[in-house]
Amino acid sequence: MSHNTWVGIKTLLRKEVTRIVRIWTQTLLPPAITMTLYFVIFGNLIGSRIGKMGGFDYMAFIVPGLVMMSVITSSYGNMVSSFFGAKFAKHVEELLVSPMPNWAILTGYVAGSLFRGLFVGLIVTAVALFFTDIQIHNVWIVLSTVILTSIVFSLGGFINAAFAKKFDDIAIIPTFILTPLTYLGGVFYSISLLPEFWQGVSKINPVLYMVNTFRYGFLGVSDIDLTVAYGIILGFVIVLGGFSMYILHKGLGLRT
Amino acid sequence: MQKAIEINKLMKTYKDGTQALKGVDLTVEAGEIFALLGPNGAGKSTMIGIISSLVNASSGSVKVFGKDLETERQAVKSMIGLVPQEFNFNMFEKPFDIVANQAGYYGVPRQEAIIRTEKYLKQLQLWDKRNTVSRGLSGGMKRRLMIARAMVNEPRLLILDEPTAGVDIEIRRSMWQFVEEIAKQGTTIILTTHYLEEAEQLCKKIAIIDHGEIVKNTTIKELLTTLDIETFIFDLDRQPDQVLLQTLNAEMRDECSIQLDVPKSQNLNQVFKQLDEAGYAVISMRNKANRLEELFVKMINNKGAVS
Repeated sequence: MSHNTWVGIKTLLRKEVTRIVRIWTQTLLPPAITMTLYFVIFGNLIGSRIGKMGGFDYMAFIVPGLVMMSVITSSYGNMVSSFFGAKFAKHVEELLVSPMPNWAILTGYVAGSLFRGLFVGLIVTAVALFFTDIQIHNVWIVLSTVILTSIVFSLGGFINAAFAKKFDDIAIIPTFILTPLTYLGGVFYSISLLPEFWQGVSKINPVLYMVNTFRYGFLGVSDIDLTVAYGIILGFVIVLGGFSMYILHKGLGLRT
Repeated sequence: MQKAIEINKLMKTYKDGTQALKGVDLTVEAGEIFALLGPNGAGKSTMIGIISSLVNASSGSVKVFGKDLETERQAVKSMIGLVPQEFNFNMFEKPFDIVANQAGYYGVPRQEAIIRTEKYLKQLQLWDKRNTVSRGLSGGMKRRLMIARAMVNEPRLLILDEPTAGVDIEIRRSMWQFVEEIAKQGTTIILTTHYLEEAEQLCKKIAIIDHGEIVKNTTIKELLTTLDIETFIFDLDRQPDQVLLQTLNAEMRDECSIQLDVPKSQNLNQVFKQLDEAGYAVISMRNKANRLEELFVKMINNKGAVS
């Protein structure tokens, strides 16, 4: 990587971080409030009646899932709003006319979304500490899963933003695809509770693999095979990353 | 002399079938201020979009300072600064951040970017507004901000797409001064404008594009010599009557001013003599600064009439 390209990536990341911090009431505060409510309602009020899940208190069981849910939502939301906003207001042209290579533009934006995803993840983890003790079974699994998942959803957000023509288009996928996948991805329950048929159906959902691998990093229990999970997550990174590069190369949704 | 731009058989057909460029050939020499004129929809912005990598060409080639746009795109981009027609910066950011970030995208390290940002914001009288959210700037300030942003990578080729649209005459003249100064320092400039007076004032060479084709590519001086009529405005000591207007074949401009077209072959003394005989004193006289405009309209309406 040339020095100029590195300077470009750092500049784009700085710009994204500045934006995220500047509008912290939109980017950082809402997940903290939402997740606090989840912990209070599902963890404390309802969770105390549920008892054990996967051998752990319900509160301890849902913490990794809720952290991952906030990371997914924030990473996707950051990319889709930032990139579509830049496209809509045409200031994406600042990057398109510059000599930054396409991969560097993508890296800068993904790094920004990764920052927000991880920052929000930390906030939610900190909030969770008010409700339960958190143990970490394997820190490398925790870190690798959260980073890779954040990248997957940042890339997903990029593709959504590139094809979106109006603000409605960036709300459709989070509402009708992302939220159902996350809620059905084992955030609140172990799929071992489901009938065999629905267990099979659940395994089509990629979010299940991310949530369970992340949960394994904390609790050491998982509904799925970790090797398969890493294969699926890395597969998504490669496929979505490749498609994002194709979009930038062809200028789909960006150049006429 | 080195060529700043060499465009060969450039074509662009949009998805809806619109042929915006129909095989354009154009050369701009290094160090020139070059005017690109044309009516709305003529293909000017498409051509500029292709040169600055915002529009994909359908066919043809573009070279900037000898580098091919297709095969050496990064190198070409690093030599260009673009001031587009529409505001295309983040209205929620501050001018300082907008300009310094643009430098960063061009690989200028942060410390150097900060120095250059200060230099260009000061040159364009925006330094006092460096920490104001950009949407709060006036129209003229926003235009100047886009020029500062385009200059921060110190481009060899600066493309100005209607840079003075909607700004008052005072700011327009200060922007002309800035453009002339950077041209003196060796930057090649391509200027599109609707103010033909602006092209006449700043540029030596001009290309006129219409319906995706270059209909004229010459020097402004040569182009103006093709005009066989000049328009003059005479300010008189009193309101002219109908007899005078008919005698001179003139029209009223305002209460005490008349405007008349004078063929180049005609001696102006004859006009003065007629005015004197009719008992009118000429307070002042000026050439109407629309020569290029007349020619432009003539060419666009009837391409064959001027060659």
